[in-house]
Amino acid sequence: MASHPISILGRISWMMTSVISLLVVWWGAAFVVQSRYLPSPQEVFSVLAIELASGELLFHVAMTLMRVAASFTVAMVIGSAIGIAMGKQVWADRLFDGWLMFFLNLPALVTIVLCFIWFGLTEVATVLAVAINKIPNVAVTLREGTRALDPVYDQLATAYRFSRWKALRHVLLPQLAPYFAAAARSGLALVWKIVLVVELLGRSNGVGFQIHLYFQLFDVAAILAYAISFIVVVQLIETFLLQPWQQSVVRWRA
Amino acid sequence: MTALKIAIRHKPFARSDGELNAIENIEIEIAANEFVAVLGPSGCGKTTMLQIAAGLDDDYTGTVEYAAGLKDKMAYVFQSPTLLPWRTVRRNIELVFSNPQDHAGTIASLLESVGLAGSEDIYPQQLSMGMQRRASLARAFVLRPQLLLMDEPFVSLDETLADRLRNLLITMLADNPASVLFVTHDWREALSLADRLIFLSPGPARITGELAVTLSRKQRTNPADLQSFKDANARFFLSGEA
Ligand SMILES: Nc1ncnc2c1ncn2[C@@H]1O[C@H](COP(=O)(O)OP(=O)(O)O)[C@@H](O)[C@H]1O
Ligand SMILES: [Mg+2]
Repeated sequence: MASHPISILGRISWMMTSVISLLVVWWGAAFVVQSRYLPSPQEVFSVLAIELASGELLFHVAMTLMRVAASFTVAMVIGSAIGIAMGKQVWADRLFDGWLMFFLNLPALVTIVLCFIWFGLTEVATVLAVAINKIPNVAVTLREGTRALDPVYDQLATAYRFSRWKALRHVLLPQLAPYFAAAARSGLALVWKIVLVVELLGRSNGVGFQIHLYFQLFDVAAILAYAISFIVVVQLIETFLLQPWQQSVVRWRA
Repeated sequence: MTALKIAIRHKPFARSDGELNAIENIEIEIAANEFVAVLGPSGCGKTTMLQIAAGLDDDYTGTVEYAAGLKDKMAYVFQSPTLLPWRTVRRNIELVFSNPQDHAGTIASLLESVGLAGSEDIYPQQLSMGMQRRASLARAFVLRPQLLLMDEPFVSLDETLADRLRNLLITMLADNPASVLFVTHDWREALSLADRLIFLSPGPARITGELAVTLSRKQRTNPADLQSFKDANARFFLSGEA
């Protein structure tokens, strides 16, 4: 991807222009169509304000975020362990290769439905269903990272008698950090969308549940209010947590 | 007293075209504080031998024995600088200590001696190859090792700098005596540094001869003296070193 150098200020002003133009197009379309199924931005934002004031919005966003955090963590831990094992051990690679292919191609909906059937409409089933969808991607990324490890650094650790902890902390993890960061960023994008589907199918709170509720009421303004607020939350995590982290782990690449 | 005793019978490498034997019967015994240079042509198996000596490669037939406690006082200079690219020069060197803050002074003065003062906070990729090599030497010296294994540490440096760093090695050894196993394909370098030379054949490496270097400190700095010592012992230098 060709990236043109652009200042922070320039980036922010383009971002604003981009968002405003989207709002203008939306507002224009709503104005032309004049239907309660395509509310204008003002209507959506006033619903948003009401939901925010009542505390409803915050509650459901928080519930969803907790599920995202739990499934994300489970997926990262298990996916990394499998990926690193596959990258290091030929037998693990051969054994799990078929599994990866199976789970990478298994539709999210099937995992979700099966988890609810087997484990009931519970929080555990939710987290498990989402994690299972994400684990194969994490494993593939970390397998690639493990294969790219340079054995010469292991020799360094041995020659200079690094402790296990020191070798892990200062030799292994820094080499894998870019892969963890990449898996985390693509992971967040995937996980929160699946969490909404799980909530729609089998939870009684969360953003997905609310969207389902307002779908039954055909209340498009409320659906959009919830969707937008969650997009904002996820974008904030992405911008202020994951992106800076990813940049910090590769800052030495001059 | 023996510091290090290496006896490698056989060292196989698996290759697509079958098995390659890199080493055939090498036995080397290094006395305490002795400087042994191993001289052999490129590709003969010097790096392989040194890695086995350091315990970096377990896949061989034979034995490696260290004097009691000596392995904990070992430093190794790799053929390539092998600095961690995500750590600055200083933080690379600090890593060999478990309590780097107690050694800040030593680290600073050594960086000064290898001519890296001012480059401490730079990442390896921004340094020239020569500077990376100097950082990797500093990392080995800073430990004040009693056993020092060095794999062609001065190649691809310009002669002036290489000479300066050889002198630094000599000074360091005068202050902190150590047993040294030094691998090179440069006979001048070997003669200027070592107490004893061991000659290796082209791969699979075998020992073809051993020679005590009976040159004074002063003769070692004189190219003509090195040349005449070599000529006087010409039969050892048959395997075509440059
Ligand atoms: N990891 C390896 N796999 C296969 N062959 C190797 C490996 N390392 C070294 N060799 C081979 O072993 C021989 C000796 O290599 P090396 O010890 O690096 O030589 P030197 O250091 O004397 O130049 C060479 O023929 C080289 O190609
Ligand atoms: Mg070599």
